[in-house]
Amino acid sequence: MANEEAMKRARHLRANIVRMLTKAGSGHPGGSLSIIDILNVLYFEEMNIDPKNPKMEDRDRFVLSKGHAAPALYAVLAEKGYFPEEELWKLRKTGAILQGHPDMKKIPGVDMSTGSLGQGLSAANGMAIAAKLNKKSYRVYAAAGDGEIQEGQIWEAAMSAAHYKLDNLILFVDWNGLQIDGPNDEVMTVAPIDAKFRAFGWNVISINGHDYDAIRGAIAAAKSVKGKPTAIVATTVKGKGVSFMENQVGWHGKAPNEEQCQEALKELEGGEA
Amino acid sequence: MATATRAAYGKLLETELYKNEDIVVLDADLGNATKSIAFKKVAPERYLDMGISEADMMGTAAGLATCGKIPIASTFAIFAAGRAFEQIRNSICYPRLNVKIAATHAGLTVGEDGGSHQAIEDISLMRSLPNMTVINPADAKEAEEAIKAAIQYYGPVYIRLGRAAVPDIHDENYQFNWGKGEVLSEGDDVALVATGIMVAKAMEAAKELAKDGIHARVINIHTIKPLDEELIIETAKKTGHIVTCEEHSVIGGLGSAVAEVLAKNCPTRQDFIGVQDVFGQSGKPAELLEKYGLTVEAIVKAAKN
Repeated sequence: MANEEAMKRARHLRANIVRMLTKAGSGHPGGSLSIIDILNVLYFEEMNIDPKNPKMEDRDRFVLSKGHAAPALYAVLAEKGYFPEEELWKLRKTGAILQGHPDMKKIPGVDMSTGSLGQGLSAANGMAIAAKLNKKSYRVYAAAGDGEIQEGQIWEAAMSAAHYKLDNLILFVDWNGLQIDGPNDEVMTVAPIDAKFRAFGWNVISINGHDYDAIRGAIAAAKSVKGKPTAIVATTVKGKGVSFMENQVGWHGKAPNEEQCQEALKELEGGEA
Repeated sequence: MATATRAAYGKLLETELYKNEDIVVLDADLGNATKSIAFKKVAPERYLDMGISEADMMGTAAGLATCGKIPIASTFAIFAAGRAFEQIRNSICYPRLNVKIAATHAGLTVGEDGGSHQAIEDISLMRSLPNMTVINPADAKEAEEAIKAAIQYYGPVYIRLGRAAVPDIHDENYQFNWGKGEVLSEGDDVALVATGIMVAKAMEAAKELAKDGIHARVINIHTIKPLDEELIIETAKKTGHIVTCEEHSVIGGLGSAVAEVLAKNCPTRQDFIGVQDVFGQSGKPAELLEKYGLTVEAIVKAAKN
């Protein structure tokens, strides 16, 4: 697929992330903007899914283990047609389907409820094991945050995925380098991420998580590996695409105000709200 | 005869449940103790040893359940309800996934391993979770029937099983009624409302009380959540005095569940037989029950109180 089309969509998805967070008045822009290019490739080029049949048995699965990046997932799901775009403007409001963190009971297209960090990879493993038991060829994709891998359960799950040879599982680690309290290196060092996963028995591919050809290439390479799960360690920019949010810890969990929203949209789409 | 409820679990896995291709059994390196290992003999491809990682086990079970599997996650009650509490909450109960938790070695009768391993708060923890069903069988037959019923039901179920052998109080024809208490003997003077291994003790206590002309109504509450409120209210009205009996802390377990119903519907005098807000210790199961006041004598005394 032409990069131009994907890039155009990425700008639109980013704009919707900014819009929905502004209307919600709270939420997490930084990590949503850093993971969106990966979701853009997964949902629009890679995954075998059917928005008209969200529970299709043989579909590929996606688990957003870093559930606070829900706005990125919601922007993608709305664009795919799982639910009307208007739902995005009700994010985090009482009675809305779009919860602060992904809720599979309420939101069509969400394969696993997440948000409490560290839990999603285990669930993804369960889905991948189920595929093997049921002799299904679907794949399971998951995305974890860099701060999230400080959770011990991630490493329990990393051991399990290698032990059960889950070559139908691909984990993206969104390495934007920042977490709520500051840079990873100051809060709790996570580096080297690639060597850690390699030591746990994974196939590891390191990429720039905003380079579309690199994302596509890494997925293709991962799919050809037998007997091992793959971790795609994606170096990203927190807040990517909105200049004043880029690499700013402060934009981890703060919604833009109306003025900041307009400024962001101007950068992304030429200023249309 | 006396059989441990965990043994009934293992036997059921090996003789019957393996036939259901959807069932996947997970354990956290305690299969020989929980008895889940029996499943491995007959369906090795559907037995997942997760190693010593209960949090990952619960999450993996949740993922399996999203794909239509019926996972049964086994470990000791302390590690299931305790260690993996938040995984059970957020990965299983919040999305109401069809995961069964077979938690063995509950309560003081773990015995020699001591207080660190004796879950006396698991009912309290599990009962507080929306979407969770909590079942505490009284004997092997009831454990077998309860597990079969849990497999038929869609949704998370916590099944509390024990390490030590308990007297068989149900015969081969026993019918397990989901969410319904079982009236084991009739009486108007006092009610002994018991769960798990304390049911046999309550039955014995009723016999002792009868010698003194006190007629006790004995109720077996196997399903602590949802609780058979109708039966509790009817029993309170009939007897005017309830003694709850459980191998669990008096905080948050059966006693609390019964008190919640009574406070709202028909305030009734209640005595609480259970662990009195302390941790257990090492010792022989029978000696520990004695030491912590979980005895026939204690029930009799409370009933006469």
